Amino acid sequence: MRLKTLLKQVLVTPELEAQVDAIPKAVGSYGYDPWGFNREGFKIGLAIFKWLYDHYFRVEAHGLEHVPPRGRALIIPNHSGQLPLDGALIGVALAINPHGPRAARAMLERFLPTVPFVGNLLNELGGAIGDPLNCRRMLEAEEAVIVFPEGVRGSGKLYSQRYQLQRFGTGFMHLAIDCQAPIVPVGVVGCEETMPSLADIRPLARLLNLPYFPLTVPVPLPARVILHFGEPMAFAKQESDTEEEISRKVEQVKRAIRTLIKRGLAERKGVF
Amino acid sequence: MADPKPQILVTGAAGALAQRLIQLLKKDYRVVAVDFRRRPELGRDIPSYGIDFNHRGFEDILRHHELAGVIHLGRILAYESSPYRRYNANVLGARHLLDFCRQYRVAPVLVLSTFHVYGATPYNPAPLDEEAPLKASELTLDLVDSVELENLANVYLWRYPELSITILRPCHIVGPGMGNSMSLLLSQRVAPMLAGFSPLMQFIHVDDMARAFRLAFQQNQPGIYNVAPQDWIPYQEALAECGCALLPLPSIPSLAPYLISRLLGWKSFPSYLLNYFKYPVVIDGGLFERTFSFQPRQSLATIFAEYRRRKEIGAGERRMAYRD
Repeated sequence: MRLKTLLKQVLVTPELEAQVDAIPKAVGSYGYDPWGFNREGFKIGLAIFKWLYDHYFRVEAHGLEHVPPRGRALIIPNHSGQLPLDGALIGVALAINPHGPRAARAMLERFLPTVPFVGNLLNELGGAIGDPLNCRRMLEAEEAVIVFPEGVRGSGKLYSQRYQLQRFGTGFMHLAIDCQAPIVPVGVVGCEETMPSLADIRPLARLLNLPYFPLTVPVPLPARVILHFGEPMAFAKQESDTEEEISRKVEQVKRAIRTLIKRGLAERKGVF
Repeated sequence: MADPKPQILVTGAAGALAQRLIQLLKKDYRVVAVDFRRRPELGRDIPSYGIDFNHRGFEDILRHHELAGVIHLGRILAYESSPYRRYNANVLGARHLLDFCRQYRVAPVLVLSTFHVYGATPYNPAPLDEEAPLKASELTLDLVDSVELENLANVYLWRYPELSITILRPCHIVGPGMGNSMSLLLSQRVAPMLAGFSPLMQFIHVDDMARAFRLAFQQNQPGIYNVAPQDWIPYQEALAECGCALLPLPSIPSLAPYLISRLLGWKSFPSYLLNYFKYPVVIDGGLFERTFSFQPRQSLATIFAEYRRRKEIGAGERRMAYRD
């Protein structure tokens, strides 16, 4: 706790503090919510990642006006880069959004809570295990939730597969329809180049109980990141919503993300 | 003239929760107190018995007292006895009690359960409502009796609606006199924790839990209810708030803390509960709050201040003794 106070004093500017305090969030008497989000922890995390966002990855975010300033929303990006840096950078973009800052939630890979220190840290920043029930409860609490439907298929893919969308799970579409939450598609460009993976060392992954173990650089490279937020997509509940129909709707979202990725790649003048 | 107030049986009456509850109930009810550990000392006006529910003499209590309900709080805690005796007392004893309630037409019946029945896994969503699966026995055999007691009460709840069974699943009950693992931990000067893990926890004060039982008994709305405040704090922060120094234990490999706890025989940090110090089990107490218009009165800050104050008093007394 003392470390937290010290970090806050050193890292969090009064402007950032005021900005986070202005974001409405239902928390208990010690500043936590039922998934472990903590306003003070979030401020420290935001201060660190905002520095990386501004100076290391030099992120350009476009289309932030499309993110609803309040109420439930599903933020659906492509996933890449071995580490969940894309989620963190989208989180920063949403937290400093001039059209209405939000402390977004992120659905985490299921193995993360088992990793010492990492699980609790990500919880404090707004992450929660990627369980449909968590996502539903968060949407019902009018949160903006970042979901990567590709999961580890996207984050763990090899560099040779860059910017190729992997199979999307359909759970997010069921939730969007059931909870009547708009979907904001996001095209992320640049995170593929932060940790290019040449191979997946499966025996090592199995040994460490990890979903993949990439043969890659030891630290993320300072690739420029471009985020494109698309227009919200609404999907009404229909009697004819078979799994096939749901898959068609998921395909619409994938198409929107592909368009946004293409736009980002076209705008990019260089990787670094 | 005989006292016209209805008479109710409270089990586990030697425990702190039961004693608080009995104080609350005394105004409106006559209480009969039972405990299988020892005969509770509750004053002359409260008939009290120290008896095993599996003992033949237990039936006589229900036969001799015209009861208008039972509040079953009696449970042997995991560190208090062997698994065999615990199963006999907690599960088979509860079955006897429920069967006698049917035989002597005693209702309503309230049963104390625990949030432990949900099990602590890294995949738990939050908050867990009453319909979430009970996974505790998958993780450790030491909690089998807790899950079995729940299953038993559940079977009786649906099969014998005339018993009007209400099952309460509270979060950590803490406060003066509570002897469970968590209360022991919060009372310690140095408390163990697993390095790198600080799961979110919920705490309810023993007085609030006693109020919850009184409300559930008076309003009699059978069913299963979680009981927990809408307030959360990580374990390590709770320890610090109570004035405990943290003792980090290695969390990798997972066998390491297990062996340490087993070797040292810690009551407050038992090996079978280690997962509960690693992964959160956050429960949703909303249904109970809405059904019974219940709100806890004691805040987390008040609960922790009480533990801190008691430590300070203890330290002061030790300093005085040293000077003398």
